[in-house]
Amino acid sequence: MVAAAVAGFGRNTLWIVGEMGRMMVFLLSTIAWMVRPPFRLLQVLKQIHFIGVKSLFVIVLTGAFTGMVLGLQGYYSLRKFGAEGLLGSAVALSIIRELGPVLSALMVTGRAGSAMTAEIGIMRITEQIDALDTMAVNPMQYLIAPKVLASVLIMPMLCSIFDIIGIYGGYLVGVELLGVSSGAYTSSIELSVEWKDVYGGFLKAISFGVIVSWVCTYKGYNTTMSAEGLATATTEAVVLSSVLILIWDYFITSVLM
Amino acid sequence: MKTPLGQDRAATEAAGVVTRAEDSQPVIRLIGVEKKLGGQPVLRGVNLEIHRGKVTTIIGKSGSGKSVLLKHIIGLLKPDRGQVLVDGTDITKLGARELNEVRKKFAMLFQGAALFDSLNVSENVAFPLREKTKLKETEIERKVLEMLEAVGLTDMGHKFPAELSGGMRKRAGLARALVMGPEIILFDEPTTGLDPLLARTIHDLIVETQRRFGYTAVMVSHEIPEIFGISDYVAMLLDGVIAEMAPPEQFQRTRNPGVREFINVEPKPEAVSSGVGKESRSL
Repeated sequence: MVAAAVAGFGRNTLWIVGEMGRMMVFLLSTIAWMVRPPFRLLQVLKQIHFIGVKSLFVIVLTGAFTGMVLGLQGYYSLRKFGAEGLLGSAVALSIIRELGPVLSALMVTGRAGSAMTAEIGIMRITEQIDALDTMAVNPMQYLIAPKVLASVLIMPMLCSIFDIIGIYGGYLVGVELLGVSSGAYTSSIELSVEWKDVYGGFLKAISFGVIVSWVCTYKGYNTTMSAEGLATATTEAVVLSSVLILIWDYFITSVLM
Repeated sequence: MKTPLGQDRAATEAAGVVTRAEDSQPVIRLIGVEKKLGGQPVLRGVNLEIHRGKVTTIIGKSGSGKSVLLKHIIGLLKPDRGQVLVDGTDITKLGARELNEVRKKFAMLFQGAALFDSLNVSENVAFPLREKTKLKETEIERKVLEMLEAVGLTDMGHKFPAELSGGMRKRAGLARALVMGPEIILFDEPTTGLDPLLARTIHDLIVETQRRFGYTAVMVSHEIPEIFGISDYVAMLLDGVIAEMAPPEQFQRTRNPGVREFINVEPKPEAVSSGVGKESRSL
């Protein structure tokens, strides 16, 4: 029984190591195909529209309510110390450094990442990917590279929209609803937010863009040939992307601090 | 040989439609191809020759590895052992770029046609032209129309794959396969899921286009006895090897019990006694 448990542990470990290796090869191959002609600008633009423009509503909605709830929580916490004037600073720093990049990445994972996995998985099951191969069109270059590139390009933009809407959400609750001075709210932002906070957030957004598109396209590309396999791949893609985003967020924050 | 279209293939060839000097040369050779999938042996040493300008049909039980074999021919799968020679080049040893060059000789019609969902029929047919040629848009449109006409889908160019019936999808897939003028077209069960009448139509279309364009056709099919009427050679994949390969008339007189059981024909006394079946090659 102990031997069986050890064997099972060993098998799982080997599988995990193997899977990590395959994922890394997939990412490197994607990057290699990204920089080789022909450059598929139209495909990239389509993906920017799909990942970016179509995610706008959910980003604006989550950004607004995140800022509003931060305004609410922040106000009652700061009021205990008579520091309501710092509300703008608390909301802006929380959103720009952490919540903007992380929550927008999680939203994109849920909306666009799962769709990427499903789309590529269906193309795999219905042999559309094999058809590309038979036409001497590399699927990595035609399908995967544009999605990864678009994701990397659009994530900082979505993140900045989340940041702006979130800060304005905090303003609505803090200033318009709870009576914090408008000047105090904005000036505390100006005084506390530094350029490194902004580019740190963008750096996170870019790396989260890589994680979401990489994991989601990998899972779709390597789905097993059944409806159940595709469902599993989609679930795994969303869970793994979300977990990796949070883990990577810790490491990148520790480097940026 | 009589075809479903009622035309004598030999007469057609005599008219020079598909006959070429190298007709008898094998364009594709598989030598000792072995493949395991999920630890299970699927191909156990396949030897097969595909002749230029001919229709070769591979039959076999469901799950016997026919589609796997077809995917080896176009390099979608690599064998664990053995060689796949296309015009003398072993494609199992080629890198991605060289393999893509060889693939330009091929086209493939998949079981479900594998049309791109996001493109309409015209865009699907135009796809290889837009990707692999520098033709002007007007020329591409002309070729697409010509191909759609050849498969009887002239007015269907604007439809998306989801709006098409199974037969129409196969036709559109055939148009896409034909558009680049390939030397070899692989058909993976082109009539699966179609009613007998529609299956006959697709078979007729394959024969008609093969005559018109002169390509080498390799077809995987279950449609017995229909395939005997449209094939120049029939091969049977049994237990991971090609158990029998011969022209249809000889194939039907085989003495291989496994093949006989599959094609469900009784032995013809004259074939057994006169040894007509000797010309059949057991590979």
